[in-house]
Amino acid sequence: MAKSSKILAPRNEEELAGIVAKAMRERTPLEISGAGSRRGYGNPVQSVLGVSTSAMTGITLYEPAALTIVARAGTPLDAIRDALAAEGQHLPFEPADLSALLGNKSRPTIGGTVATGISGPRRIQAGAVRDSLIGVRFVDGTGAVIKNGGRVMKNVTGYDLVKMMCGSNGTLGVLTELSFKVLPRPRMTATLSLDGLDDDKAIAALAAALGSPFDITGAAHVSGTASTFVRIEGFGESVAYRAGQLSQLLAPFGKCRINDDGKANTLLWQDIRDCTAFADKPGAVWRLSVKPSDAPRIVAGLRTGPAMDAVYDWGGGLVWLLVPEEGDCAAAMIRKAVAASGGHATLVRAGDANRASTGVFQPEPAPVAAISAALRAKYDPAGILNPGRMGFEAPAIRKAG
Amino acid sequence: MAHVLMPEPDKRIIARRVEIISALEDAAGEGNVIHDPAETIAYECDALAAYHCPPLAVVLPRSTQEVAAVLKTCLRLGVPVVPRGSGTSLAGGALPTADSVVIGVSRLNQVLETDFPNRFIRVQSGMTNLSVSQSVEAEGFFYAPDPSSQLACAIAGNIAMNSGGAHCLKYGVTTNNLMGVTLVTMDGEIIEIGGPHCDPAGYDLLGVICGSEGQFGIVTEAVLRILRKPEGARPILMGFDSNEVAGACVADIIKAGVLPVAMEFMDKPAIIACENFAHAGYPTDVEALLIVEVEGSQEEIAEQLAHIRKVAERHAPKVMRESESAMQSDLIWKGRKAAFGAMGQMADYMCMDGTIPTSQLPFVLKRMQEMSKEYGLGVANVFHAGDGNLHPLILYNANKPGDQEKCEAFGSDILKLCVEVGGCLTGEHGVGIEKRDLMTVQYNEEDLEAQMRVKDVFDPHWLLNPAKVFPMAVSHSRRLRNQQGEAA
Repeated sequence: MAKSSKILAPRNEEELAGIVAKAMRERTPLEISGAGSRRGYGNPVQSVLGVSTSAMTGITLYEPAALTIVARAGTPLDAIRDALAAEGQHLPFEPADLSALLGNKSRPTIGGTVATGISGPRRIQAGAVRDSLIGVRFVDGTGAVIKNGGRVMKNVTGYDLVKMMCGSNGTLGVLTELSFKVLPRPRMTATLSLDGLDDDKAIAALAAALGSPFDITGAAHVSGTASTFVRIEGFGESVAYRAGQLSQLLAPFGKCRINDDGKANTLLWQDIRDCTAFADKPGAVWRLSVKPSDAPRIVAGLRTGPAMDAVYDWGGGLVWLLVPEEGDCAAAMIRKAVAASGGHATLVRAGDANRASTGVFQPEPAPVAAISAALRAKYDPAGILNPGRMGFEAPAIRKAG
Repeated sequence: MAHVLMPEPDKRIIARRVEIISALEDAAGEGNVIHDPAETIAYECDALAAYHCPPLAVVLPRSTQEVAAVLKTCLRLGVPVVPRGSGTSLAGGALPTADSVVIGVSRLNQVLETDFPNRFIRVQSGMTNLSVSQSVEAEGFFYAPDPSSQLACAIAGNIAMNSGGAHCLKYGVTTNNLMGVTLVTMDGEIIEIGGPHCDPAGYDLLGVICGSEGQFGIVTEAVLRILRKPEGARPILMGFDSNEVAGACVADIIKAGVLPVAMEFMDKPAIIACENFAHAGYPTDVEALLIVEVEGSQEEIAEQLAHIRKVAERHAPKVMRESESAMQSDLIWKGRKAAFGAMGQMADYMCMDGTIPTSQLPFVLKRMQEMSKEYGLGVANVFHAGDGNLHPLILYNANKPGDQEKCEAFGSDILKLCVEVGGCLTGEHGVGIEKRDLMTVQYNEEDLEAQMRVKDVFDPHWLLNPAKVFPMAVSHSRRLRNQQGEAA
């Protein structure tokens, strides 16, 4: 079955629910998207019809004093960024824009940001997408409209389906509206950089910084240029004070350069966030989530083989890895190395055929996979939502074919 | 006399008491099973003490494997299970039924691994919240969530209820600091979810397990994020003429871009009670008091407090006083933390836990005072203002016939008001039995159905803490499955 060419763009939740309910009755597999900037993320979907939330846009509530914003799923991410910036606030998890890395020019939506659940450098200090997300509305695979959570940041009323929906890549439901806890945007940013450290020493330096009381909001190491970066944010005097303290703390690793230019900091951390270093380089791109101190050893092991380049974020807890797009894109080696550490690896960029044959997401241990598959079956009994995207079988297609 | 009803215990289960106890002893060892009624009575309730019922038996396993063996036995015998941490739930989360077996994790109380370079600790889930922080204190680290009951409450209960605390505004609640769990499901399967790495490979099961109120399985181990302690902290006291002005001040502090680590709000009845009890030096001639705390080095604290003072001055505070010493800081917090004790000296009280959008603060406080007059019961408010999590304390007399019912009705009205203005029924205590029957105020049938489908996956027979969280009528057909011996 070919990739869907026709894409419906319902104007509201009711229309969307109608489309999904009909698709369920007719066993029509759907490919769910927002602006399509991450259609290339996840296993290729085998569908006959596309459904996009791109016509469901708009910020429905923004209360700066309550640190809360609510928006429809199709709202462009930059529209939300701009609205928040006007009030001196931001989304704490530093949402990535993978368009360049994935080779497209689409403007990511807030729905796609949540569906894929990919957080930026500030994840180490402010938490992931799921930690800022406080409420969702979605249409499940039967066409039912469901809400969970709400618009307040402390809420333990019933189960937290909000977290479960985040990162489920449209396989449990189609997100229609999202609420976030937002935070004040820091007035000032400074980055300390160290040059010439090998991966081992760099990750040790980042661990020292993260273990300090100086509230680090970014901790990255670009292996190719041997550049190590530590970010601090806040009010001016506080940033200056912490920069001084950190320079002393990191002195054993070398002399820190301190850059507090706003523009330069924005660009540097955007590049790390979006892994732009690999955007123009050929090859498959992996995203490894591991125990930070294990990262250099895992990468060193792969360097003797396929690894061409590595960018470390989250103090080493996240590794972007560039490998030749050959064979299984080094999946077997990478997944084995990562699993030994207890983490997982995601094939973020590769051609459709390679993603389909390799599988984008790390297979889960059998009991966990069984729970995930059962949840999928409960929320999308006909298997019509993004079938195959996260690796589950697609019963709708199997029955049809 | 209490109005929340629990299901009739299954007489067929109680009739098999001897057989069940013997099977539990086979699974967990004789020394780990309590069945003498003189002893099981210690497990008849949690901190929602108005409701109590001794369980059929109590098991206190010494390992994850024993928990698995006990759960498997209970599944085989069709016996409901009530998981228990330290029994500090204010929502009745650990309330047993006469046909249930309580499985307590109190003997699982060891630190398994401490890793400072990677900033995590792996613990058994029976450890108390405070003891986790204490075990990393010497190296300058702490575990951030700090519920008021932290001296006693267990990590297992914190995970079950997704507990919060006074410092959530900056550090988040349990779910934001939980990295992994070992979960034993009802069929005795031991599942590892998450770990010292960030984010899941597939669905965020950890996210939905946290806050599932012991209905998905029993958590025996947890990987928790630990943080380096800030260099210092200092509170500032601010007194205002009205709740409205204090509420506006909270909003303006947040809008000014300052993120205090805590912002506590007390209304007049709470101020007076706490001051009389703890002599914390609170001004008693103000209508509302804010305690705002910031963290960092001395210089950073001074810088943040200067910003806060500037904002506060626009609201003409009657009193504004920075703590000048560690002793003064302790005293300021002592007053706040004594709130429940102070109230307890004056009357019986019920502690509510709704959350509202902070913009609704003045309106909700005003409505609450009106309702207080209508019901003829006093209410005092101490709460986390930055995140809108209210803790109205309704005062009543447990010995006066009808007073508790009146108090519960007042409480329900407050929670309904929270939902009406865009908030929720419970911010950090959980639903348990206390707010179970109010769930339909916040969620419609399909919303609840979606939640129950997750329990169907983890616990198809609905044996784990079955009569909690969902209104009895809503979960009825699912709970019936067990009695009919079939699963979904």
